[in-house]
Amino acid sequence: MGARMRIDCKHVWQHISAYIEGEVDATMRAEIDKHLETCEICSAVLDSTRNVVILLADDRVFELPAGFRQRLHERIDRALQSGSS
Amino acid sequence: MPANPELEAECIRRVIAGERHLFHDLIRPCERSIYLLLLSLLKNEAEAEDAAQETAIKVYLNLHLFRGEAQFRTWVLSIARNEALSRLRKQGIRREESLDAASDDQSGDYTPAILTSWREVPTAALEQKELGALLRKAIEGLPEIYRNIVLLRDIEEMDIRETATALGISEGAVKVRLHRARAMLQRELAPQLKAFAPKRRGLLWGRA
Repeated sequence: MGARMRIDCKHVWQHISAYIEGEVDATMRAEIDKHLETCEICSAVLDSTRNVVILLADDRVFELPAGFRQRLHERIDRALQSGSS
Repeated sequence: MPANPELEAECIRRVIAGERHLFHDLIRPCERSIYLLLLSLLKNEAEAEDAAQETAIKVYLNLHLFRGEAQFRTWVLSIARNEALSRLRKQGIRREESLDAASDDQSGDYTPAILTSWREVPTAALEQKELGALLRKAIEGLPEIYRNIVLLRDIEEMDIRETATALGISEGAVKVRLHRARAMLQRELAPQLKAFAPKRRGLLWGRA
């Protein structure tokens, strides 16, 4: 490994999303990990991207409108009762 | 009841066999995804809600057609997507999907927001309304083809394959768009989110 190629920051940024997904191959992952050890900028880019992804998954970010579920299930009930199964 | 594919399949069988009331349990885990996808496509809360109800009814009426090749939620979301597209067509809105899709081929070139380390996830700060508003605004600001991907993959946490099937695009396109979308969100949000990160002892998060 090692001396074959040294990846630069731009290269790392292009793989950030795949890296977070666990979709880069082992060689690329090792290269990126090595780069991250010494590059504060890329570490921060990775951390902040990952953190954005974690925040988005929080249910509190997008909530259904008040009463949405109730109205939906009332409408479903009407459809169920009208009997067109 | 569902979430587990076997229970789901059982539930579907029973609804079709006549236990109609079980449909409520079947659709419940999909409701949020349905609404969020419709909101992203239709950009109007009232219309998204109406379309969500219509989608649920269509799912019920077509339940016997579900073959179990895709996950139930994926199938439901493709019905939701069709519902939205037909509404948009009726409104005479031409979508620019094909135009946008062409840009998938270009290599994604972007410069992220550069900051010094930002390791803490300010999930506690989600209690504050501003953080949620900030995230929603950033998502709403994304072009539609990116917004839909973020919505299904990152917000609803569907996997790449499910996302691709629900949106009727390839897995490759999902990955490319996901990458771009996250890059855009990082660039937009990271500098602002830093203000919400918990302060460490002796360390201020201001500009160094």
